[in-house]
Amino acid sequence: MSTARHSPAHSIAAHAILILYTVIALFPVFVIVINAFKSRKAIFREPLALPNAESFSLVGFETVLKQGDFLLYFQNSLIVTVVSLFLVLLCGAMAAFALAEYRFKGNTLMGLYLALGIMIPIRLGTVAILQMMVASGLVNTRTALILVYTAQGLPLAIFILSEFMRQVSDDLKNAGRIDGLSEYRIFFRLVLPLVRPAMATVAVFTMIPIWNDLWFPLILAPSEETKTITLGAQVFIGQFVTNWNAVLAALSLAILPVLILYLIFSRQLIRGITSGAVK
Amino acid sequence: MGSLALRNISKSFGKVEVIQGVDLEVQDGEFVIFVGPSGCGKSTLLRIIAGLEDASGGSVEIDGATVNTTPPSKRGIAMVFQTYALYPHLTVKDNMSLGLKQAKRPPAQIAERVDLASKMLSLDPYLERRPAELSGGQRQRVAIGRAVVRKPKLFLFDEPLSNLDAALRVNTRLEIARLHRELSATMIYVTHDQTEAMTLADRIVVLNAGKIEQIGTPMELYNDPANLFVAGFIGSPQMNFIEAAVIGRDDAKTIGVRPEHISVDTTGGDVEGRVSHVEHLGADTNVYLDCGRAGLLCIRLFGEHTFEIDSMLHAKFDKGRTYRFDDKGDVIR
Repeated sequence: MSTARHSPAHSIAAHAILILYTVIALFPVFVIVINAFKSRKAIFREPLALPNAESFSLVGFETVLKQGDFLLYFQNSLIVTVVSLFLVLLCGAMAAFALAEYRFKGNTLMGLYLALGIMIPIRLGTVAILQMMVASGLVNTRTALILVYTAQGLPLAIFILSEFMRQVSDDLKNAGRIDGLSEYRIFFRLVLPLVRPAMATVAVFTMIPIWNDLWFPLILAPSEETKTITLGAQVFIGQFVTNWNAVLAALSLAILPVLILYLIFSRQLIRGITSGAVK
Repeated sequence: MGSLALRNISKSFGKVEVIQGVDLEVQDGEFVIFVGPSGCGKSTLLRIIAGLEDASGGSVEIDGATVNTTPPSKRGIAMVFQTYALYPHLTVKDNMSLGLKQAKRPPAQIAERVDLASKMLSLDPYLERRPAELSGGQRQRVAIGRAVVRKPKLFLFDEPLSNLDAALRVNTRLEIARLHRELSATMIYVTHDQTEAMTLADRIVVLNAGKIEQIGTPMELYNDPANLFVAGFIGSPQMNFIEAAVIGRDDAKTIGVRPEHISVDTTGGDVEGRVSHVEHLGADTNVYLDCGRAGLLCIRLFGEHTFEIDSMLHAKFDKGRTYRFDDKGDVIR
């Protein structure tokens, strides 16, 4: 970093703002995690205190692991998120490639139509979706959730990815065509590796809302076998009594898998940016 | 074998006609260069020959067979791109052999051809590297090597030197000329740089606004341009155009004379002007004369000369080397 452009005062100010933002963003997570390790009394006595020898308790985690089938909920959440993510990335990237690469009648119109979903929340169609799922017998299956989440994630994925696909050099694709590569191989071998940073971005944006969603699991798949982790945590929240230990423990556990997925994608993101594959 | 024929090729994007009825015959082993200003349709024409773009009308024939519906990989062509377009995830060796692997050639043959091409282009030390580890000039050599390995009927070059710096450009130009001699292959080359066109081509095709203005050998175009456009495009500094009436001639609309065909005189000549600028290039000296209504005249003198700015000079045209153009811009012979 050159000193000419970065005076110490600027650096300090920039870091102060970034640190402040980090603290604000992480504070709720921090409170959840520390309280998950405290006894019920300690949570209410001093919500912001760190757990110590006296207040430390794993009762929340014990409840979570005993009551309800949390491993199953975890598994459900993971399956739904990963499969939806895979479908969104695959279909989104392919649609984006078609929109960016091929000239056909109604190309722009199709692009706008596919992007419309960004502006209209999918929850507006909940009643119709529920009717559809009932009619097709998909209520209380993970398939129902996967279908809905795929539809929910596609518009943004197509919008972002088609923008990036346009930047991939035409010459490279044409060189592939002259060497006799099929359009599929051009797409998978030449284009996809070059838009990997964009794919990682889309993956992160798609994954988090799916993992955190309570609405669709509650409506489409509330049965014991198909509950997701966010829905599972709700059993501890009652109308009159809420088992805070259990709720906080469940939420702390729910952070872990999504954190791991995020780390994987953000590594990809950085690697994609620094690889410098194209001139 | 590698002859090419274009028959009445046209291409339009929506309402815009970028190529209007182009006819061209290229003989086996010829080096033909398409040259023209940007947007004249030369790259589009090359893409149509390659099959990367469909023509709106007309037909493309390679070796006498119409290939309008043949995919690029089956046309027996190879193409070198301006941006190199190497596959970033493959090594130099794999970049060169991919086309043959796709065509299911035996591995021994692939190895032999890659070996030959890499010797020809001195790429041996780089075979295991990836494109990101090569310099611009090396990358372009790999791209050329990738084309050579395919042993195509037709080499297509799309402004291959535009991304290289001046010194490398000259070297790579020589390399391409040597390649043409050694392989005696048919080559079609697109450029906007007339020096490249003049130095490399057997024949030059001058394109403007989607139409062929003139086809000929470099010297034919230089000595015998068909119209104002070709006369102005070929040659550097470009030809001077003077309105005939201004210098008292009525046998043409415009008189053209190249800077190198004008001499200066202090006593008398065809037109008088004030020295407005002098460029010293060492081997040449370019003098710019402001001749009032006759316009700014560029004169190219060999060797070193000095002139006072604002001094008055007469320009004397080489009588046998002036060109006359009619009011449509065509040359009067």
